[in-house]
Amino acid sequence: MKPPPFSYHDPRSINDVVNLLGRLDNARLLAGGQSLMPMLNMRFVQPDHVVDLNRVEGLSYIRGTGAILEIGAMTRQRDLEFSNVVRRRCPLMYDAIRHVGHRQTRNRGTLGGSLCHLDPSAELVSVAAAMDAIVTVTGPTGNREIKFSSFPVSYMTASIEPTEVVTGIRLPLWPERHGHAFMEFSRRHGDFAIVSAAVLLADDGAGRITRASVTLGGMGAAPVRVKEIEQALIGHVADDKALRELSETCRKFDAMDDVHGSADYRRQLATVLTRRALEQARGRIPPRTVSGKSN
Amino acid sequence: MGETRKVALTVNGKPYKAEAEVRLTLADFLRHTLGLTGTHLGCEHGVCGACTILFDGFSARSCLMLAVQADGHEIATVEGLATSPDKLNPLQEAFRDNHGLQCGFCTPGMLMTLTEFLRDNPNPTEQEVRIAISGNLCRCTGYQGIVAAALDAAKRLQGAAAAPAS
Repeated sequence: MKPPPFSYHDPRSINDVVNLLGRLDNARLLAGGQSLMPMLNMRFVQPDHVVDLNRVEGLSYIRGTGAILEIGAMTRQRDLEFSNVVRRRCPLMYDAIRHVGHRQTRNRGTLGGSLCHLDPSAELVSVAAAMDAIVTVTGPTGNREIKFSSFPVSYMTASIEPTEVVTGIRLPLWPERHGHAFMEFSRRHGDFAIVSAAVLLADDGAGRITRASVTLGGMGAAPVRVKEIEQALIGHVADDKALRELSETCRKFDAMDDVHGSADYRRQLATVLTRRALEQARGRIPPRTVSGKSN
Repeated sequence: MGETRKVALTVNGKPYKAEAEVRLTLADFLRHTLGLTGTHLGCEHGVCGACTILFDGFSARSCLMLAVQADGHEIATVEGLATSPDKLNPLQEAFRDNHGLQCGFCTPGMLMTLTEFLRDNPNPTEQEVRIAISGNLCRCTGYQGIVAAALDAAKRLQGAAAAPAS
């Protein structure tokens, strides 16, 4: 349980990171280390070079500017957990972050690391999918942006080149008047979820849904948006019966079958968690005030 | 030996300088290079929490960090908790008094986790304590004694803070 030999690099700027990635073969980026370090210790990965991002300037920030929340790739999960901006403007992430590992791992683990590691049931990956995040990547030819819907390409594989590094994400925020819910089932607190459900809902003030985002984690290779339920909700009143019936559609989805749970079990969890999350999100939409001013 | 680097850091307030192979974990550096064997290693892949230390005041698993990453930083380990060789600190005393340990293997990690937790949350509920130690595995106590010790320590620390300075 010791890492294999490698060369270590601790660049101070993004430019230096990109230069290193451009000239080194078989290099791995080390962010918070909460996934890469176990993989090194168990020798699941054997890189020739480890490029440590922890001393790179300017990658840790949370900026709530207007309708966008900008977060640096090396922002620690702990900083998200204790950020007032995140709590107020992006309550879905606030709810999700407390399911991410443990205090000791959140102190080190980073947003960019979670997104690039891309575990199928990682909470922050689900939040990024639910919020239609835009990932900023820096490479030899400069910056490019990737819509989160095309960020995962397959199991634990992101659509970034070996010469590129994720530098930040932008989350288009929902209007303040919306409801959110993040629910997951895991065997023990802090374990990876077997299945998770993330829901965002907005209505017209009279109970008719105007916008919906439903994301399931842990079902397939990466968290998936459930467009079928989202579209069925729009324009309709989300009463208990409607939410129950829509949740039932989860029973026909494909699901992983592994040591943590069978595909049938996952479909059952998805059905129940989706219903509960829809109900909770609906209940959290603040009532429209007479002045039209939201809380 | 592969690539090495000089590592200069502070452990429990004391400066250390040593050569470390770049692939060496911080946990192995503390134990084998510096001889501070109070930090225990259980799983060596970030599950058991026995190797928890404080990195610049924040709890972290030292098996999931490289020694070179600690260069220029401050580490706190279990060796730094007691004020003297014959005097435990209030958290350690609470562990002794509440059967917070049996074999003692998880104890350094539990103590460092709770040191940070009680600093940030001096008056926790039982549920909050259980969540705080959810990343630390204990195979002896069934956690009851540890939870009781943490709650007792919170009381002792608050009592100490409230007591007038003599």
